[in-house]
Amino acid sequence: MRNKIKNIENKTFLLYMTVVLFIVMYVIGIVMFHDKGFQKPQVFLNLFISNAGLIVIATSMTMVIISGGIDISVGSFVALTCMMLAYMMEKGKMSAISSIVIVMVMGLVFGLVQGVLIAYLNIQPFIVTLAGMFFARGMTAIISQEMISIKNEAFLSWANNKITIPIFGIVNKKGATIYPYIYPTVIVAMVILVLMFVLLRYTKFGRSIYAVGGNEQSALLLGLNVKKIKLQVYILNGILCSIGGFLFCLNTCAGFVEQAKGFEMEAIAGSVIGGTLLTGGVGNVFGSLFGVLIKGTIEAFVSFQGTLSSWWTKIIIAVILAFFIILQSILAMSKRGQK
Amino acid sequence: MSKKGLGLALSAIMIAMLALTGCGGSKATGESKSVESSETSGESKSEEAKSEESKDSSKLIVVGYAQVGAESDWRTANTESFKTTFVPENGYKLIFNDAQQKQENQIKAIRDFIQQEVDYIVLAPVVETGWDTVLQEAKDAGIPVILSDRMIKTSDDSLYTALVCGNFVKEGETAGQWLEDYLKLKGRNHDESINIVTLQGTIGASAQVGRTDGFGNILSQHPNWKMLAKQTGEFTQSKGQEVMESFLKQFDNIDVVVAENDNMAFGAIDAIKAAGKTCGPNGDITVISFDAVKAAFDAMIAGDLNVSVECNPLHGPRVAEIIQKLEKGETVDKIQYVDETYFDTSMDLEKIKAERAY
Repeated sequence: MRNKIKNIENKTFLLYMTVVLFIVMYVIGIVMFHDKGFQKPQVFLNLFISNAGLIVIATSMTMVIISGGIDISVGSFVALTCMMLAYMMEKGKMSAISSIVIVMVMGLVFGLVQGVLIAYLNIQPFIVTLAGMFFARGMTAIISQEMISIKNEAFLSWANNKITIPIFGIVNKKGATIYPYIYPTVIVAMVILVLMFVLLRYTKFGRSIYAVGGNEQSALLLGLNVKKIKLQVYILNGILCSIGGFLFCLNTCAGFVEQAKGFEMEAIAGSVIGGTLLTGGVGNVFGSLFGVLIKGTIEAFVSFQGTLSSWWTKIIIAVILAFFIILQSILAMSKRGQK
Repeated sequence: MSKKGLGLALSAIMIAMLALTGCGGSKATGESKSVESSETSGESKSEEAKSEESKDSSKLIVVGYAQVGAESDWRTANTESFKTTFVPENGYKLIFNDAQQKQENQIKAIRDFIQQEVDYIVLAPVVETGWDTVLQEAKDAGIPVILSDRMIKTSDDSLYTALVCGNFVKEGETAGQWLEDYLKLKGRNHDESINIVTLQGTIGASAQVGRTDGFGNILSQHPNWKMLAKQTGEFTQSKGQEVMESFLKQFDNIDVVVAENDNMAFGAIDAIKAAGKTCGPNGDITVISFDAVKAAFDAMIAGDLNVSVECNPLHGPRVAEIIQKLEKGETVDKIQYVDETYFDTSMDLEKIKAERAY
């Protein structure tokens, strides 16, 4: 029990650190690039627009990591989702809705297979999802090595459906008044984020995930069906990844084998920066949201700066990631000392 | 350690780290390195640089360039061309973004350019499609978009102002015309049949389609030119060599090889030599190729290659020209080709090679 309380304290502290880091970074951005317009509300909204898919994937990743697992197949799976959507709509002439339903079913099946292997055959999640990663990327190339662009009207109308917020309009130097805007992808991502927050925090299933990830033996002693919970986590993860892939696809409107490379690592980085412990049992989806936003802010920094190589983003992420991992281990050590 | 003390220590670490990342974002690569070693001086340095920047930036035309990446020599030469053209001395400020071959990065970069209120956006698209949404945002913001190198597929042509690219059909025609002149010079008369084989690029690539069509246009004007075979060598040296070997086995009367890029021509030259034949200006087989990379000059100087038709990566000056016209309120042509020429063994190749940027 004492173990449990400690974890919750750590969790809130790490989350608080992430939020503060994001705010401080953003303020630094505003101060440094004020003359270039970093303070505009749209710059903030762009963080959500550009990362809508990643927010969903990172949310899902957080759940998987809380349960004590990991999923490195998500990047390839996103590419497979985009390719399937593009192939079904363009070559198969299927409607947008039915294509999306099919990819969600595919996500469910993908999650089911991975979940069974992990939960019931006790194979390391890393190995199972490594295989899943190769499989999904390979299948994407088998479907088509050429890029397929999506011209489906319904799909494009969703992708281009700009939702303007009729306040804070800014007249730019060309004389056009620009109101802040978002796309439907942002709303979908936020709804999923809130739902996942509620699920993890306030439902029996959600609390069991924390219990399983925190200490599997204790969870068993508490009478939880650990295998079933793990399986459910991977199934839900599969479905969420297909939704994340769909949102990603709305941003690029194409299926291509090279898409979303390294996405899984961005999702894991977002989760860890957001205070999720890789050992399981601790994490908060809102932390992961801020983890993703921090990544987006660094990208914006680099691009506003203008002359910096875009590879600096990766280096800065690495520094922040290292910082948070060290922070986690210092926290764990200090707690042990207190006891 | 008490919790309070720990929190304090951590905050200190975090602030120190933020200073690092903050500076990392503020200055060029070279300087951010020095920032890491001496934090305090770095802070003041970047402040200075910033005030200088803002002084100039009021007059300068700000151009955001979303580049594909740095995957080839051609691409690097293309980047350099922009970096040397759009300098403050010419009245420009360039914001350069390397997308690392990822479309999603280019989309993000364009969104950031829009927020920075750049005057022009230049885009070298990684892929052909998926640009409608973000280019519409640029259009709404009143920022003209100029495409470099590659065309995009869009339902709305007004999403971009102009395209600057190489004219692959013209390159093919240039090669054909060169052959016509060359044969005349050599005194080969009209009745004699000229046997030609072609090593094509990756089928469907715009360079392959354009060059095949362009050469075909000239071919059709000459009844005595015979295209014996066309086969893809996928733009690689090894595949070019392989295909040429099989051509040499099939036909013993090949007069001309057209290789749709330099690498395949190098492969073909190896195959010809291995078959005991000679090529180049003094050989049995005339070799024509495209791109005119540095190695092609070496091959011409060595007397193995006859001619290489240029594929010019220096798009910067042409884009600058378009921007100048737009600044004056003039209209510009939707598709603009960069100037391209050819190089053959009759020229002073050593001198040209030394002068060329790539």
